[in-house]
Order: sequence, then structure tokens, then C-alpha cells
Amino acid sequence: MNLFPLKVRGAQTARRGKVLVGPVDLDLRGAGVTVVMGPNGSGKTTLLRLLHGAARLTGGRIDWACGEQEARSRQGFVFQRPVMLRRTVLDNLMYPLRMRGTAKADAQEQAQEWAGRVGLDKMLGRMAPNLSGGEQQKLALARAMITQPQVLFMDEPTAALDGRATREVEAVIRAARASGTQLIVSTHDMGQARRLADEVLFLLHGQVTEHSPARAFFDAPGSMQARAFLRGDIVE
Amino acid sequence: MGEIWAGLSEAFRLLVTLDGDLVQITLRSLQVTLTALIIASAIALPLAALLAVRRFRFRRGVIAVLNALMGLPPVVVGLVVYVMLSRSGPFGVLGLLFTPTAMIIAQVIIIVPLIASIAHQSLRDLWSEYHDLLISMNVTQAQKIRTLLWDARRALLTAALAGFGRGIGEVGAIMIVGGNIDNATRVLTTAIALETGRGDFALALGLGIVLIVLAITVNLAIHWLSRTEQEGRW
Repeated sequence: MNLFPLKVRGAQTARRGKVLVGPVDLDLRGAGVTVVMGPNGSGKTTLLRLLHGAARLTGGRIDWACGEQEARSRQGFVFQRPVMLRRTVLDNLMYPLRMRGTAKADAQEQAQEWAGRVGLDKMLGRMAPNLSGGEQQKLALARAMITQPQVLFMDEPTAALDGRATREVEAVIRAARASGTQLIVSTHDMGQARRLADEVLFLLHGQVTEHSPARAFFDAPGSMQARAFLRGDIVE
Repeated sequence: MGEIWAGLSEAFRLLVTLDGDLVQITLRSLQVTLTALIIASAIALPLAALLAVRRFRFRRGVIAVLNALMGLPPVVVGLVVYVMLSRSGPFGVLGLLFTPTAMIIAQVIIIVPLIASIAHQSLRDLWSEYHDLLISMNVTQAQKIRTLLWDARRALLTAALAGFGRGIGEVGAIMIVGGNIDNATRVLTTAIALETGRGDFALALGLGIVLIVLAITVNLAIHWLSRTEQEGRW
């Protein structure tokens, strides 16, 4: 069953009376890679968490085509700072499968296969928290992908990585898209957005001010703030 | 100074000759404390994990009470358990007073708050690290608890060892509920108290040294078995 279209109507999240994001109205149809852009503090991370169900919805509705519980089980999330379980690389990869009841031998086989895909097959026995930042992010990506989610949220996945690690992570993202996974990626790396995006959501002060195909957004942004952002001006 | 030397030589003699009484008392000490430790850990560790993971009303209050109970006076615990197990008490019919079982019950009550409090600190830190990941993976509450307990196992071992230290060195409660009966409920700490009362300081010191060696040996053995200091592991 497909998760899309995703219909968001007046969705918002607030903490201690302060609205962090919203109200947001959106229709996502699963365009491949949806890049969420906006200046620092605009609510990119919170929007991703809200759509994923990790932030509390304090108003409005978020409706996936297949229902909330089913949708949650078909999603993955990769954080800006990868969270590593205090286990080996192999055990980190096996973890989501084991939690879903996959047999140990089967989980181990899939984990080895995914480690190979992200270039970690020589490190299976190493403790995950001891890996470099780039290796950890690749592991986090593989761990999120191993359950074959239909939607993968990625919160600035290359923010703390160098050029080479960024290229490797982007290659995994492209492979995921090619295999049919829909990606919703936040970034304020303009180059990365241009390289990856099929469509763009532009966020400002917790509001989606623009939602358009990538080419249209980069060629002729609709709002003054988006134009300023693309020029590299400071947008507040 | 002379008594200390006499104590050391007495300890040496007891150990070398594998004195029958000493062996029996030592084994009973280990039996009581290790049994209490296993039971207390089975209660305290899941409780600590639950307090770390679950948000409920009065949670802070429960944690505060647990921390306060770390300082529970053993003598009072002994007294309460004595009253409960005495013939006129609600559990008198079980006939447990002045048995090792009564001593185990008292020790469990004393060390559960200690293990739970120390474990909770570690699990709370680990939960703040894992929170977003486990939420995003949509794992169940039971799976969260199992994950935390497994990944924090070495920190939890420290909590358990603190419990062992408190239990093996405890005298007040087990003296009251065990009665320090020869060949039945006498353990190292109650034997030390008895010999001190009798004025046989050399033997008391000897037993004290055996107790210290025992506590250190068990700690080292558990650390070694769980490889806590192995590089790159937790």
C-alpha cells in the first residue's frame, strides 16, 4: 500500500504555548527527493519530526494514504548527528530487523549486504560509536534503509561531513531514490539541494512559504525571501 | 599495632588451613548476598529502565523516594522484617525468622533502592542519547527497556556491584532477622560483631580481612568476566 499522497492540513506543533512550526498546509505526492530548505531556526528539523510523528501534533491533521500506524512502520529517519547504538556495526544494522521479528540468520545476512553497499563491510565487528563521523552517517543511513522504508526522512545528513563523506552519502541517497524510496531531506547546503532535489519546500518562521519543483524554485523562486536566500543573503 | 599483626596472622592461618568454620561462614555470606543481589537486580534494573523510559504522574516523586531510600537504615529494615516474620506478624506462619531466607529478604529490601538509583542515572543518560532513534524506529516499550538494559549492561554491573558491596558488609539487619545462630545463620559480618563483643580482636580482624579479600575478589572476578576494561567496549 502506498503512503502517498500525504495531506497536511493546518498542522502545527507548539511547546509551552509557543508555536514552533505551523500551521502547515501541504500535499506531497512522493516526488523522489523533497528538499526542505530555509535559514537556521526556520523549523526544518521540527517539520521533519512532525511529518514523521516524532513531534507532537498540537493542531491540524497529517494524513498518510495508508493510516498513521502503517505509515510509521514504513518510514525511516536519519539524524543530523547520527545516533549509534553501543554495539558493533553488524549489531547496529541487525537491530531494526530484529525488532521487527526477523530471524537472526536472515537479519545477519541482510546486515552484511547493506554494510557492503555503504562500504562498511570491513568494519562489521567494530564498535559503532568508534567510527568516524562519515562512517557513522553511512551506517545510520544503511540502518534506516535496511527495513526498506517507503519514506526516508533525513535531517541535514551531511552537515558535519567533509567532501568525500558527503559524496558517499549522496551516492547512497541517489541509490535509495532509484530503488523507489521517497526521501524528504532538510539541508541548507545549496549545492546539495541543487544536486538532489526533485521538489523544494522553503520554510521561514515555521511556515512553508514555497512548495515547487526544484527547477522552478532555483530558476525563479516565488518569494522575496527565497530569492534572497538563494542569493546567499541573510534571511531573518 | 600488635592486634593488627595478630589479626593478619590469624587471617593468614584461617585461609591457609581452610578453617572449616570460616569456609562455612564465608559460603553462607556469599550464598545470602549473591541470592539477594540476583533478586534485587531482577527487581531494580527493570524498574530503573521503566523510570527512565516512561513518563507518568508522580514519576519525579518516585525517583526522589527511591534516592532517599538509598540511605535506609539497615537496623530499621531488620526490625520491620523481624516484625513481619515473627510469629505474631503477618508472615509468621511461614516460619522464616532466623533463617538465611529472612536475611536474604532484608538484604533485598536494603539494596533494591541502591541498585535502582544508580542504574537509573545510567539508563536516563543512555535514554536521552537513544530517545529519538528508538522513537523513529517505532519500537515497543518492552523493546526500549530491553535495549537500554543490554546496551548499558556494564554500567549496570557497577550498580549491581555497589549492591553487592552494601549487602556483603551489612550487619544490622541480618543480625536481627538471622539471629547469628552458629551453623545456621552466622555470616562473616555477624561473626565479626560476635568476636569483637567477646574481645577476641585477632579473630575478628582475621574475619574482617577475609571479608575484604572476598569483596575485592568477587568485584575483580565480575569485572574480568564482563571485560569492562576491554578497549573499545562498553
